[in-house]
Amino acid sequence: MSLLELRKLNKHFGGLHVTNAVDLTLEPGEIHCLIGPNGAGKSTLFRLILGEHHPGSGEILFAGENITALKSFARIHRGLSVKFQVPGVFKGLSVRQNLEIALQSRHRGAELEAEIGRLLGFLGLESEQAQTAGNLSHGQKQWLEIGMAISLKPRLLLLDEPTAGMSPEETRMTGEMVQRLNADGMTVLAIEHDMAFVRQVAQRVTVLHLGQVFAQGSIDEIVADERVAAIYLGQAHA
Amino acid sequence: MTGFFSLFRRLEGPQTVGRGRAFWGLFAIVLAVALAYPLFSDGYTVGNTVYFFVWVFIALSLCLIWGYGGSLSFGQTAFFGIAGYGYGVLTLNFGAAYGFTLVAFVAAVAIAALFAVLLGYFMFFGRIAGVFLGIVTLAVTLMLERFMAQTAGPEWHIGAARLNGFNGMSAMPPLTIPWPGEPIVLFADVGLYYFVLGLLVFVYLALRILMNSSFGNVIVAIRENPERAEMLGYDVRKYQLITFVIGAALAGISGVLYTAWGQYITPSSMGMTAAALPLIWVAVGGRSDLTSTVVGTLVVLAAFQALTIYGSQYALVFMGVLLVLTVLIAPNGLVLGAMNWLGRLAARLTQRAG
Ligand SMILES: Nc1ncnc2c1ncn2[C@@H]1O[C@H](COP(=O)(O)OP(=O)(O)OP(=O)(O)O)[C@@H](O)[C@H]1O
Ligand SMILES: [Mg+2]
Repeated sequence: MSLLELRKLNKHFGGLHVTNAVDLTLEPGEIHCLIGPNGAGKSTLFRLILGEHHPGSGEILFAGENITALKSFARIHRGLSVKFQVPGVFKGLSVRQNLEIALQSRHRGAELEAEIGRLLGFLGLESEQAQTAGNLSHGQKQWLEIGMAISLKPRLLLLDEPTAGMSPEETRMTGEMVQRLNADGMTVLAIEHDMAFVRQVAQRVTVLHLGQVFAQGSIDEIVADERVAAIYLGQAHA
Repeated sequence: MTGFFSLFRRLEGPQTVGRGRAFWGLFAIVLAVALAYPLFSDGYTVGNTVYFFVWVFIALSLCLIWGYGGSLSFGQTAFFGIAGYGYGVLTLNFGAAYGFTLVAFVAAVAIAALFAVLLGYFMFFGRIAGVFLGIVTLAVTLMLERFMAQTAGPEWHIGAARLNGFNGMSAMPPLTIPWPGEPIVLFADVGLYYFVLGLLVFVYLALRILMNSSFGNVIVAIRENPERAEMLGYDVRKYQLITFVIGAALAGISGVLYTAWGQYITPSSMGMTAAALPLIWVAVGGRSDLTSTVVGTLVVLAAFQALTIYGSQYALVFMGVLLVLTVLIAPNGLVLGAMNWLGRLAARLTQRAG
């Protein structure tokens, strides 16, 4: 059984057809990258999967269950987790408290403290733990939010441009982290503009253009596809 | 047993200013002074001091909903009024015997909380947030004021209790504690003082524990970023509703105590001025901290009353100036700003000593 199945998802914002009959299937254990020009509807597709937006028509199946009508928090309980495009950390709270809030529903007491410490180490944020999250650098905020997202131990992790604002070195480290999580059984769907990252991690790639699935295949097939190159070039000229 | 002790550990935490021996030592001294104070004062002055204490609960309700939760409610006076009138109606009908005033206290607060469940459900699940939440809650309290103001006619009564329109309801019995021999009637002097002081200390400590618990974590998380909180699996609307209902109950406690204190309540207790004042106390003190809210409310109320002697127009101007100063100097509150400054100073001193 596939882990996530999107069936003919349609979403309009006024006259704008943001996602147009999108079909997408994720198999358990894969790393799937979603690419496409700015405004293609990638982030909107995430918000549909998460229940922040509701599709005009179509269905969302997660592990065989129809979750189209579920509230967002209930979808998280089913095993979804997300890192948003714009880092969504709790800016006014300390780094430590950010992680505590993410972890407190699964751990208590000494176990919670240990888990926070472990995650701080994993993210390389030990020396920043008392710092207010709003004062972190953009890259550190990204890491913190990724840390909060993975702390839920989701079955499917959604990453919206996880490496934006990161150095090539940090990008590579993020890629390795994603691969490590994947090796432990986590399925990953990542939106990314950074082709080095896509090449590093993606087992399958879907191209979204004007709200439609434009192409799908391995990274080599996608890169070789002249039609895909044309939409990116077309955008660059526009 | 360990659960019990871990409760006490929650008295300190990231959501409340003040920790360690210095803070709790000061707390003990202030409490001792407050306990001894009636011995060195007369009944009238003590009764007047209780009046200040009465308002702290509604200030704490706003601290919880607005300061911690991030939802600005402009209508906490609605719950104040409902509980106040509720206490009046219940006690005017059933009297004060057999400790009934205490039952009426709890019941009136429960009615206010129940009303908050309905209003809160409509608002939070109808996704009314931000400035609209302020508008809706203000509209509710003003509507209640208007409604009660037109109940002057004799047809407006609940059992034996006449609502009395703009003049308000009066002559309800004070809080009365049943006692073998003779019941203790808490008139607005020493008796009521100790009762309210005890309640205040209990509520203050209980809220400290609540806000430093995992529940409090979720509440401030929602203030900081509701979307992220939801995406960590928290049912944001449910948490907002619970906070709103707890806040309503706190405002209701103020309402009952006020009614029992003066043995009267009028519709203007739900009017525009009444609704705006708690906002000023809480903003000036420091809305995102319990201690700052308590201290700020008491100081502003005392200053307000001291100035009223020279004319209430000066007192209102003073409030305005205070609010402007707060916004300019310490947007998070004057008391909170001062406490943080003291904390940093103490840290620097201990560092130098150590
Ligand atoms: N809440 C909204 N209301 C109206 N229009 C929206 C809304 N959210 C997104 N859009 C529009 O929908 C289109 C798709 O937006 P979306 O954010 O999904 O694109 P994207 O593929 O993630 O782009 P990017 O690569 O720039 O992040 C854009 O034209 C955007 O302006
Ligand atoms: Mg996007």
